[in-house]
Amino acid sequence: MATKKFKCKVCGYVHEGNEAPEKCPLCGAPKSEFEEIVEGGAAPKKKGLDTSSNAYTIIYAAVMVILVAFLLVFVSSTLKERQTANVINDTKAQILASLNIKDQADVASAYQNAVKADMLMQADGSLVPYEGEFCTGYSSEYDAGRLHVFQAEVDGQTKYVIPMNGLGLWGVIWGYIALDEDRQTVYGVYFSHASETPGLGGEIAAPLFQSRFPGKIVTSDGQVALQVLKFGKADKTSAYQIDGVTGATITSTGVNNMINKVLTSYLPFLNGACCAQQCCNEDGCEEEQNVESIED
Amino acid sequence: MANKNNEALKQPIWVNNPVVVQILGICSALAVTAQLKPAIVMGLSVTVIVAMSNVIISLLRNTIPNRIRIIVQLVVVAALVTIVSEILKAFAYDVSVQLSVYIGLIITNCILMGRLEAFAMQNGPAASFMDGIGNGLGYAAILVVVAFVRELLGSGKLLGFQVIPQWCYDHGYMNNGLMIMPPMALILVGCIIWFHRSKNKDLQEK
Repeated sequence: MATKKFKCKVCGYVHEGNEAPEKCPLCGAPKSEFEEIVEGGAAPKKKGLDTSSNAYTIIYAAVMVILVAFLLVFVSSTLKERQTANVINDTKAQILASLNIKDQADVASAYQNAVKADMLMQADGSLVPYEGEFCTGYSSEYDAGRLHVFQAEVDGQTKYVIPMNGLGLWGVIWGYIALDEDRQTVYGVYFSHASETPGLGGEIAAPLFQSRFPGKIVTSDGQVALQVLKFGKADKTSAYQIDGVTGATITSTGVNNMINKVLTSYLPFLNGACCAQQCCNEDGCEEEQNVESIED
Repeated sequence: MANKNNEALKQPIWVNNPVVVQILGICSALAVTAQLKPAIVMGLSVTVIVAMSNVIISLLRNTIPNRIRIIVQLVVVAALVTIVSEILKAFAYDVSVQLSVYIGLIITNCILMGRLEAFAMQNGPAASFMDGIGNGLGYAAILVVVAFVRELLGSGKLLGFQVIPQWCYDHGYMNNGLMIMPPMALILVGCIIWFHRSKNKDLQEK
């Protein structure tokens, strides 16, 4: 005769016999957790669907994935605008932080008050206004050869802010360096990072490290001279050397390389302070205009 | 039935707390508890996500093909986490920057998969919802306690406001820098487990 089958509701163990065992041998569940499996036509499936068949499984997975995909696309596209606004706001707050304007409640208007123009540096070091939309990713702008310089005014003095991008230990780092009108003296800096070690490399985002920059000089003899050295190696009296973060040598080196790489690209601008004022009054500019008119 | 729902809600908050009894979700408990604010947000996000995914899985439990049930659970959780992360980016940008990867890591938070597989697959939506809320709150409670101690002793602040007066600093009090570091969170969780075991004798190993 056919023995009855009992299935453990907890672990799915199937016991064959005339009655359920006292204890499930697999999971130790008591007898009450067993239910009899009635085979054949006596137990029509609840839904009339075989949920373990291949076709059902595949269709189920496909439908689920399509539904979820549509849902995510919908959410993402409805919130996109707000998110972009937040990122722009955050970028502006970072630029302001390099100008030592921090914790502003209304970033947008504070930015408008302080930053007068978003400019692009030309090959000869002159600045032309940037016409496009406000950028949030300056790494790709740098790679595309568009070298942004923000002209800002703080307490009636002109400052220049240069965006920087580089690599730390675990991921990207970025920052903004604000220079005085002489394009040499550091007015303020801001650094941030994607995934540096909290408490070590992450400290480049902390005020302690950033407070070492103001007053330092960026170039010497036409070359970038500002250096971030291993902690304790910097000469305190030097106008060019800055102590890195304790215990975060690789991140500090990353900051050093970032400053060096980016500012080297900006050398024409940094070294152009002396003649920038007179340039347009002199013959050089007129000659250029003449050349253009001939070509026309 | 109401009694069962009640149990599902209350048990995980203290007696069967997911963090201190089941030792689940420790990774994020260490990472986001240096300050109170991200800890609260993380706790609430996890609560919402566990509760919602529990309900969804519970509703689907009879239709889910057994062979791909873990995948189905993962997809549901991942979709919910992505939505919460997008919403945070839109409405609480600072918090989303601070929580950065940990929001994404909710997907791998063992509490979620644990509850889905152990509870939602066998129980109805109402009980599953309660179970999700209970486990989420149990997790959040531990996070808040740890974050409270760490922020208070580590930076003298609570929710970003200075609570230890300047007077104390003038008289030689110093913030405990170790509190900011992740290992201290582990030690604090350990202390909570110690306290918890001393109150619940039946959990003690002989």
